[in-house]
Amino acid sequence: MADINVNTVNKYFGDVHVIKDISLDIKSQSFTVLVGPSGCGKSTMLRMIAGLEDINSGTISIDGQVVNDLPPKQRNIAMVFQSYALYPHMTVFDNMAFGLKLEKRSKDEINERVNEAARILQIEDYLLRKPKQLSGGQRQRVAIGRAITRKPKVFLFDEPLSNLDAALRVQMRVELAKLHNELDATMIYVTHDQTEAMTLADDIVVLDTGIVSQKGSPLELYDKPNNMFVGGFIGSPKMNFMPSKILSKSADSTEVDIMGMSKISVSKLSASSSEGDAVTLGIRPEHLVVNGDADGSWESKVFVVEKLGDVSYLYLEKDGEPLVAETEGHSEIKVGDTVKVGFPAGRCQLFDSSGQAFK
Amino acid sequence: MTKLYDKIFKYGLQIIVIIFCVFPFYYAVMTSLEGSAAVFVPNFFPTEINPKNYIYLLFEHNFPNTILNSLFVAIVTVSISITISYFAAWSLSRVNFQGRSMFLFVILAISMFPQIAVLTGMYQLFLNFKEFYFNIFDLRVKGITSLLWLCFTYTMFNIPFTVWVLTTFMKGVPKEIEEAAIVDGASSFLILRKIFLPIMTPAIFTTAIMAMIAVWNEFLFALTFTATNSDRTITVGIALINGTVEYEVPWGSIMAASVIVTVPLVIITLLLQGRIMSGLTAGSIKG
Repeated sequence: MADINVNTVNKYFGDVHVIKDISLDIKSQSFTVLVGPSGCGKSTMLRMIAGLEDINSGTISIDGQVVNDLPPKQRNIAMVFQSYALYPHMTVFDNMAFGLKLEKRSKDEINERVNEAARILQIEDYLLRKPKQLSGGQRQRVAIGRAITRKPKVFLFDEPLSNLDAALRVQMRVELAKLHNELDATMIYVTHDQTEAMTLADDIVVLDTGIVSQKGSPLELYDKPNNMFVGGFIGSPKMNFMPSKILSKSADSTEVDIMGMSKISVSKLSASSSEGDAVTLGIRPEHLVVNGDADGSWESKVFVVEKLGDVSYLYLEKDGEPLVAETEGHSEIKVGDTVKVGFPAGRCQLFDSSGQAFK
Repeated sequence: MTKLYDKIFKYGLQIIVIIFCVFPFYYAVMTSLEGSAAVFVPNFFPTEINPKNYIYLLFEHNFPNTILNSLFVAIVTVSISITISYFAAWSLSRVNFQGRSMFLFVILAISMFPQIAVLTGMYQLFLNFKEFYFNIFDLRVKGITSLLWLCFTYTMFNIPFTVWVLTTFMKGVPKEIEEAAIVDGASSFLILRKIFLPIMTPAIFTTAIMAMIAVWNEFLFALTFTATNSDRTITVGIALINGTVEYEVPWGSIMAASVIVTVPLVIITLLLQGRIMSGLTAGSIKG
C-alpha cells in the first residue's frame, strides 16, 4: 500500500553531483536493498526518501503522493540509523514511545504499542533501562523498536547492522527478514555488504557513483550482471576477470581466447563488438573447475590456500593476472602445487571494453 | 622494587602538585583564623584559632552586602548568557547559513579583546545608560544601576566564550540523534528542549560554572562601574577593606573574605563535579 516512485532525481552537494537522474520503482511491501561501495550515493538516496535531504530536481512519491516538500513526519516513514541514534537520556520505553507521544496518542495505546514492539523484538525485560546499559545488539533492537511502534508504511534502514559483530549481524539479519514477513511494510535497506543484500532482498539496486548500475532480484544480479561493476560487486570472493580477445562470432555464441591460453565458445552476444576486440571474461570462483574436465583449461600455481571448512579458496596467478578458485573443503592441494583450472563455457560472462555485459 | 619506585614517583608528583595548588589557599585559611599580630609570624600551623575576622566581616562590615551583589550579578549574567548561547550554539552547529564560519571566527576574535581596551568606551556608555535609566525609573531603584550595567558588560564578555564552548559541545552530539527526532516528528524547538537540553546538561553546567567563576572573580569593570559601598561586588569589596589605622593592611580580614568567597565556588564545583562531563551521550550511539 505504499509504492515508492523515484523519478529522475538529482542531488548535488555543492559542485559534486552525487545522484544522477535516478529513477526507481519500489513495490509496496517489498524489501529493497540499495547496495554499493562507499560514496555511491546510497545513503543520500535513502535520506532523500526520508526527507532529511532536499532534492535538487525530480520527484519522489510515496503511495502516489509527491513528498518532495513534505517534512519527514508527514511522509509516514520510520528510519533506523547505523549508529542507532537512541536518545541517551531516555529509558528504552521512552525511546520507543517518543514518536507516539509527539503524535499525542493515548497512554493506553502507547503502552500497548511499545509492549507489542518489545515483544516482537524480545526486549521486554529492558524497557526501563537506559541505552548505555544495553549491549550493541540490544541497542539496535531498540532502534528498530522505535521505528516499529509508529506503524509506518515505509521502513528505512541505513546500514543498521554494520556496527554489530559478525555473529550478531547474522542473527539480526534473520530477525529483520522475519520482521519483514510479520509487518508487511515496505522496507528500504542500505548496506555496503553484498551478503546482507543477497540474503535480505526481494530486489537489489546496485548503485555506482550516483547511477543505478542494475536493479533486479538477487539471483538475477548474480547470474546475469549487466556490467563488470555489478559482476564484481555481487558475490564473494569477487568474480575473476580475465583479459580476453574475440576470435570469432557466430549466430548464438562468441568464441574468445583467454590470455592466449585457451579458447572457449561462450553463448553470449553483443552487437557492438567485432572480431579482434579486447573483452573481459568474468567467471566466479565457485564456477572454476579445479583439476577436472572443462571446456578451456590451463595450469596454474597455487600461492595461498584459504580453508574455510566447507570450501577452500585457492589463490592462483597466471602471467600477472590473479585468479581465485573454489574447491572442496578438505582439499589436499597445498601452497606451491600446480593445479589445472578449467573454464566451463556456460558459466562465463563477457564484458566489452566499456564494461557492459554480453547478453 | 620498580613497583615501589613507581608508586613513590606517582604519589610524590601528585603531592607536589597538590601542595603547589592548595598551599596558598591553606595559608589564606590559616591567616584568616589568626589575630592581627600572629598574622605577621610565618608558620605552617595556626598558633591560635580566632574567628574574630569572620565575625567582623559578617556582622560589622557591609561584606554580606557585596556577596549578595556578586551573587545577583553572577546569576543574572550566567542565566542570560547561557540561554542566549544555547540557542546560538544550536544555530552555529546545526543550521546551515551563509557566513557561519565567519560568524564563529568573529566571535572568537571578540573574545580576544582585552577588557582594558574597551574600558573607556564602556564607561562613556555607562554614563549614558545611567542618564537614560534615571530618566525612566524613579530614584528608589537607582542603586541597582551599576549592577545592571555590570550584568550587561559581563554578559557581553561572557557570551563569546559560552557560545564558543557550547557550540563545540553541540557539534559533538551526533547528528543522527537529531535526525531520529525529526523522523519521529519533533520540531526544532522541541528537539532543543527535549533532546538537546538533557544531553547537553553536563556541558551547560560546565560552561555555566566557568562563566560564573569568571564573573565572580572579575575586578576591573567592577571597580570602574561601582561608585558606592552599597553596590560593590566582592572583588572590589575585598580590595577596599581597610585597617583600623592608615598604612595597616588588614591581612586577617582580607584572607577571611577570600575564604568566604572561595568556599561557595569550591562547594558548587564539588557538588556538580559528577554532572560535569559525565558521559555526554553514553549509550546513544555505537560503542
